Amino acid sequence: MPEIQNFTMNFGPQHPAAHGVLRLVLEMDGEVITKADPHIGLLHRATEKLAESKPYNQSIGYMDRLDYVSMMCNEHAYVMAIEKLLGIEPPIRAQYIRVMFDELTRITNHLLWLGAHGLDIGAMTVFLYCFREREDIMDMYEAVSGARMHATYYRPGGVYRDLPECMPQYQKSRFRSKGDIRRMNQARQGSLLDFIEDFTRRFPQCVDEYEVLLTDNRIWKQRTVGIGVVTPERALQLGFSGPMLRGSGIEWDLRKKQPYAVYEQMDFDIPVGMNGDCYDRYLVRIEEMRQSNHIVRQCINWLRKNPGPVSLEDHKVTPPRREQMKSDMESLIHHFKYMTEGYGVPAGEVYAAIEHPKGEFGIYMISDGANKPFRVKIRAAGFAHLAALDEMVRGHMLADLVAIIGTQDIVFGEVDR
Amino acid sequence: MSELLTKLHAFWSALTTYWISLPFAWQLTLKSLAGIVAIMLPLILTVAYLTLAERRIIGFMQVRMGPNRVGPWGLLQPFADVLKLVFKEVILPTNANRFLFITAPVISISTAFAAWAVIPFSNGVMLSNANAGLLYILALTSFGVYGIILSGWASNSKYAFLGAMRSAAQMVSYEIAMGFALVGVLMASQSLNLNDIVLAQNGGFSHWFWLPLLPLFVIYFISGVAETNRAPFDVAEGESEIVAGFHVEYSGTAFAAFFLAEYANMILISALAATLFWGGWLSPVQGWHFLEDTPLAFLVHTSFIWFAVKTCVFLYAFLWFRATFPRYRYDQIMRLGWKVFIPITILWLVLEGVAIVLKIPPWFA
Repeated sequence: MPEIQNFTMNFGPQHPAAHGVLRLVLEMDGEVITKADPHIGLLHRATEKLAESKPYNQSIGYMDRLDYVSMMCNEHAYVMAIEKLLGIEPPIRAQYIRVMFDELTRITNHLLWLGAHGLDIGAMTVFLYCFREREDIMDMYEAVSGARMHATYYRPGGVYRDLPECMPQYQKSRFRSKGDIRRMNQARQGSLLDFIEDFTRRFPQCVDEYEVLLTDNRIWKQRTVGIGVVTPERALQLGFSGPMLRGSGIEWDLRKKQPYAVYEQMDFDIPVGMNGDCYDRYLVRIEEMRQSNHIVRQCINWLRKNPGPVSLEDHKVTPPRREQMKSDMESLIHHFKYMTEGYGVPAGEVYAAIEHPKGEFGIYMISDGANKPFRVKIRAAGFAHLAALDEMVRGHMLADLVAIIGTQDIVFGEVDR
Repeated sequence: MSELLTKLHAFWSALTTYWISLPFAWQLTLKSLAGIVAIMLPLILTVAYLTLAERRIIGFMQVRMGPNRVGPWGLLQPFADVLKLVFKEVILPTNANRFLFITAPVISISTAFAAWAVIPFSNGVMLSNANAGLLYILALTSFGVYGIILSGWASNSKYAFLGAMRSAAQMVSYEIAMGFALVGVLMASQSLNLNDIVLAQNGGFSHWFWLPLLPLFVIYFISGVAETNRAPFDVAEGESEIVAGFHVEYSGTAFAAFFLAEYANMILISALAATLFWGGWLSPVQGWHFLEDTPLAFLVHTSFIWFAVKTCVFLYAFLWFRATFPRYRYDQIMRLGWKVFIPITILWLVLEGVAIVLKIPPWFA
């Protein structure tokens, strides 16, 4: 009789639960996984190398495309690194706008995570509920930057422009009646801030809706409680950050521990888990959505009361106004230099990290004084999490692997870079 | 005109004489064939529109539209789907076992349709008034699982193989609970003939078996969902885990056969739940004589309408489950089957036995 052996299975990269292009080589003992070997690099675009060959500003757009579900947060770390090297501080209003959009981005990221995680475990409806709200945040992105996803909105020295005074409206079409249009445009009558405020008022009920479907659902609990447990000590050793670390019970959040932008002024809590399993991480992220919503509301209140500049007037690092260029020679020169050569950055090294929705997202940048970075190193949270996948899934079943990939909130744009 | 009529009349009398002249066995065969067509055609149409209903209803539950472009309200969508699938190539994987690979969908679909032979659509309206109807149904629904297991094995793919394994595991855990639940019905009705089972529930809403056999009904229906591989028990195809499970290698018509079988089975399980526990074609307002003189009088009488309505309610439940629940892990399904359902059914059978001995009215008198 031939000896019974474990079999090897190829999971992905065209697998519905592979979250993009994850490829796992699994060693299986029946349904039980004895070893999981993640293969990465299928989405490698050499972002770090590309950044070395371009003026600083031209790489902001690449940052959007790293973790393509939390676009503005990536930009934030990158522009913060440049600002640290330049030694400039953006206007306070710009910082509030950044914090507000960071938190909205956190909500979009967690909405996509929740939808995908639910779908992985078979709860189809949550996915579509999440996308309903995500659509509104995409509209906010579009209103403020012109792009639904890859905004390129944060710039060294501030943000690209102030919040718009009106929202784009839905137009009547063959498939949408007048009544539909009126209902859909109801929240879009005022400024962007009105729209966001309306969203923050609706959003807690939406989170309740997701929770009704999942939190106390016996099947959901059976599928997530006790799955992929990581002890606090091990989580630290593995370099976890963000909800993965907090799910294991370690209260670590860069927004509190190393506040950047205006997070010091914000009132919010850091949710932490108890057991470090998929269910706790689920609860942590759900609570983070509520906390983010709370932060956004505080930003809205501040932004309403405090108009002001959103970008520095130092035209070495920010473009001059177009009207000025028409009459002012110096502005024209600034504009030309800014748009072609960019700006030189003092030589030095800097590490700027933010609390990204997925964990600590950091940019380590070396400048040799030229208009391009000498080296950019991106610290992506997902990379460390994926490295721990093998340890997390060992001894679990194939169905749990899918739950664990979901709970890690992996996005390959940032893992492969 | 009159000429045509005489011709028709002549044709008709010729036909009847021919019919009488036929041997009895032939007559029986032809009658059965006509009956099969009369059941199959509406059934296939129902399956087609069930797929559309599923997509529209789940779409409604998920705040989206569902297919609404092919024909008015998307009514032609099922036909578009069929056309697409029929014109696609049936790909035979190189390492597949050709014979079993083709046989598996045939087994699935033929058992799914064959089980309809003993379902009473109205009083006495059934293809075969078999006395062992309940046993026949049990046999055929269990046989359908072989289609899934064989397809998973014959595809020679690891994903399909895992699907087949899961399906086998699911079958051993649910067939027994389902069987026990049906034993309860058998005890209450003292018959295996489905028509007699319905007649045993005669007497109105409270006389139906759902009330005395409530736990058995719940277990039967949940087992039925598991049996048809529907969410939350769709581990055999578990889209996000093993891609499409047992039918991952199937395409075109062969895939359509599995699809058709799954939906035909859903309707079958719903029809059985209606027949065995909810009084089949009996009217829930039986005996409401004040309705007799109103246009609503038809509601009081036993008719096919009630059978169809009850079946649709259970079908809706199938779709509702799919939109609501996450998927079980397959060892959890086995735990539920062995440690929860089987003990409950056994306990309830004992209680039911006591009730029968004590002749508790109105059901066991």
